[in-house]
Amino acid sequence: MTPTDVHPASEPARWVYLDRIRTRPGPFTNPDVFSPEAVAAAMETMKILVIGAGGLGCEILKNLALSGFKDIHVIDMDTIDISNLNRQFLFRQADVSKYKAEVAARFVEKRVKGVHITPHNCKIQDFDDDFYMQFQLVVCGLDSIEARRWINATLVNMVDEDVEDSYKPLIDGGTEGFKGQARVILPTVTSCIECQLDMHAPRAAVPLCTLASIPRQPEHCVEWAHVIAWDQAKPFPQLDKDDPEHITWLYQRALERAAEFNIPGVTYSLTQGVVKNIIPAIAATNSVIAAACCNEALKIASSTAPSLGLPEENYMMYSGNDSIYTYTFKHEKKDDCPVCGQVARALDVDRAWTLRELVDSFAARPEAQLKKPSVRAEGRTLYMQSPPSLEAQTRLNLDRTLVELGLEEGEEIAVTDPAFATVTFKFKLKFKQ
Amino acid sequence: MTEIVMSQTPPILHGPSEKERKYDRQLRLWAASGQAALESANLLLVNSGAGTVGAETLKNLVLPGIGRFAIYDEARVQEADMGVNFFLDDSCLGQSRSQSLTELITELNPDVQGAWYPNEGVQTLDSLLADSPVFTAILYTHPIRPDQLSQLEAYGQQHKTPLVAIHSAGLYSYFQINLPGAFPIVDTHPDETATTDLRLLNPWPELVAFAEGLTKDIDGLDNFEHGHLPYVVILLHYLEQWKAANDGNYPTTYKEKTDFRKVVQAAARTDIPEGGEENFDEAAAAVLKTLAPPSLPSGLKEVFEYEHSDPVEQRSGFWLIADAVKQFYEKHQCLPLPGKLPDMKAQSKVYIQLQGIYKAKARKDAAEILQIVQAAPGGERVDPAEVDLFCKNAAFVKLINATGGGGGANSSGSNKISRADRLKSAAALEFANDETAALTLAPLSLMPIYLALQATSHAVDEPLAADAILAAVAEQVPGAEQYERVVQAAREVERAAGGELHNVSALTGGMVAQELIKIVTKQYIPIDNTCVYDGIAARCQVLRL
Repeated sequence: MTPTDVHPASEPARWVYLDRIRTRPGPFTNPDVFSPEAVAAAMETMKILVIGAGGLGCEILKNLALSGFKDIHVIDMDTIDISNLNRQFLFRQADVSKYKAEVAARFVEKRVKGVHITPHNCKIQDFDDDFYMQFQLVVCGLDSIEARRWINATLVNMVDEDVEDSYKPLIDGGTEGFKGQARVILPTVTSCIECQLDMHAPRAAVPLCTLASIPRQPEHCVEWAHVIAWDQAKPFPQLDKDDPEHITWLYQRALERAAEFNIPGVTYSLTQGVVKNIIPAIAATNSVIAAACCNEALKIASSTAPSLGLPEENYMMYSGNDSIYTYTFKHEKKDDCPVCGQVARALDVDRAWTLRELVDSFAARPEAQLKKPSVRAEGRTLYMQSPPSLEAQTRLNLDRTLVELGLEEGEEIAVTDPAFATVTFKFKLKFKQ
Repeated sequence: MTEIVMSQTPPILHGPSEKERKYDRQLRLWAASGQAALESANLLLVNSGAGTVGAETLKNLVLPGIGRFAIYDEARVQEADMGVNFFLDDSCLGQSRSQSLTELITELNPDVQGAWYPNEGVQTLDSLLADSPVFTAILYTHPIRPDQLSQLEAYGQQHKTPLVAIHSAGLYSYFQINLPGAFPIVDTHPDETATTDLRLLNPWPELVAFAEGLTKDIDGLDNFEHGHLPYVVILLHYLEQWKAANDGNYPTTYKEKTDFRKVVQAAARTDIPEGGEENFDEAAAAVLKTLAPPSLPSGLKEVFEYEHSDPVEQRSGFWLIADAVKQFYEKHQCLPLPGKLPDMKAQSKVYIQLQGIYKAKARKDAAEILQIVQAAPGGERVDPAEVDLFCKNAAFVKLINATGGGGGANSSGSNKISRADRLKSAAALEFANDETAALTLAPLSLMPIYLALQATSHAVDEPLAADAILAAVAEQVPGAEQYERVVQAAREVERAAGGELHNVSALTGGMVAQELIKIVTKQYIPIDNTCVYDGIAARCQVLRL
């Protein structure tokens, strides 16, 4: 191979390292899909969407700009907090309380010549399908499972078999401490985020009776202050978890509670961690995971090497606590996935349950995680969270048992939740013996 | 119980400081002690080649507040740097790359000091090494000139400084940590669930008495008390019954343990409104996990059996404590109790009492070990807090680079295998594993990537073609050049022609930064000693080379 094999971008000298890889085939490049002379130009016109401008998002924007993408959009509704500065490297002390998307976009545009980044300081739910349809790739760096599920459901629903452009690959990263994961979702083709939901089970909640009468751990004292004492005293009109005065109030109540029961270990930091459900985060791990995601974006956009999701392995797990360990595997698509599957998912229930117990159980089930579920059965509405009139009409059903409501073994129920407006979760009842 | 009462004196009710707020998300991982270690560290990056992976590594260390860093880089900023390095912009063209990088990297965190070389005062790597205060660790990126590498290795040996080699090219990378000697870690942060040590098969008298007190009339307890017996107490009670019925023996086999579990399950009251008892469920669930006789974990065994070649090392706090723990273990046939009690259904008062019993025993064990330490020569200087930490983590203490010489080309010593031989035998093992990979479903070795990259370690002036790469591989590991996957890796390395891809360098820089944080804070477990990344298959492999 000689340098003349390279098919350069518009500024060849600047992108020489990238062009060597993206415009020359290697031993693993699939010649059937690789078109070296078109790659650079195609990537320059490609529109790519980044969701999240936080720890992962800052890295993702930098990485995409230095991977030859020129037209990038970024969505983030958050503003910059001082605790972001240890890793969100596009922000400085002077940027605190400005919009993340705005500051991040301007910074990367200024540093990397020729890239155009459009910030959107709002929620992903503020946009409709037409907005999402304009992109060829979506890269997510989010800390919320709910937002991931929303964009996943939206992209799966947008797929139209007859329209090739309607398939938008979704690349998703997540981190916690020294660990993380990167995955590629090809909507309707590979396993989707909803299929993989049980890999991110919610933390088990502490029973209310433990908080109320038999606390044993410092966390129980904090939760008591948060869940019980706050509601009784209402020291401020609305709890703002980012307001130090509010956290201090909770901390003091937790300390009193701990003193009463002789429980050691309540600190301000613990209080804040429990109340805000803080996940430890560092620059190094974000750097690993964001780059793993963007490397897949480059491979998908250029076909210079096989990417995750095509068609075998689609998920990379990374752990840096004990040495370094990655596990790259194929997560199988689920036929009974409520978003991309075809069949209703089996749901183990107790025939003696009231409808309320069924409704409440959806929040804790790793494979459902629905906080405000409405439930319908074939031909009838069992419980609706809204509108208020319908809620009032169906509320009486909550205290009736499943058998009293005429539900039978094998019957299908449909569950909806306002957090995922476009999705109907279908379940098939299976009574425990 | 004095400790608990003491800790209940009201703490000062002030919020976190500005610095604690800025570093909150990382202090939750390595605490103030780890942060202090980071802030006193002084790193050197010897940057060469395309120069991005080193900059990305530093970014991830400057953000969390490493004390100071220096960059030695002889290059001038070129057009090609702008397409790959985020810490250079158009205004840097033609400038000293080390100066430009240092300026844009220190901007990330005002708490961090950065310096750049060569400059007017210090013009060569040799003089920088001779004139600087000792570095905590040195990073260097490939390709590097052989004479500079020799200088760094000599410095590493002389000052016992960890060296990290980093090589990122195209879709591949590796990095290799060369620690100056055996590297022990006490604060390894094992998974919470792994750390439960309840001593149910060898309880001490206070614990036995406490359990007996709560269960002597177990059937006469009212439903509330019965339903709130801590599972530790439940298990101790039924273990006594089991022993009485089984010639004084505990359940040891899997069959016996599952039989014992049935006994526990059957003892739960079911004729109550709830239909069962959560604490008995917890007890049954804990049987297989917690009924284990004391044993010596492999990591600690390696520490106990370690043979010192360096008398200075032998008198360090860690090794004095390790020796005391070994004596304790030989005397009591068990490790010092960590003293941590997991949460379990129980009344607050009972749980706190039980917690106190575990803590008191842990303090007693730690005091005994402190006594042994202090009786040893040099032991009076050992910090009791270090003894406490060791006792809490004894089962998870880990020794990295135990056989020494990891990574370095100049490792010496009569009983140590040379690095060249170790590479040959590691490669043979990896290739043999690959033969059966289809059957074992194991992922294929990334050794070919390491061999191909490593063949270009010193290709400073001209990138190597695949043929030249394979010829260099053949010299190191004869026969390896025949393997199809080595040939492919060589062709992939040729494709990069010494250029870096930003993503691969950012990912590698993230991993290297994680490892340096672990080494500097002495927390979590660093790799031993080489990590290879394949950006095509999206995975890593750690090799000991």
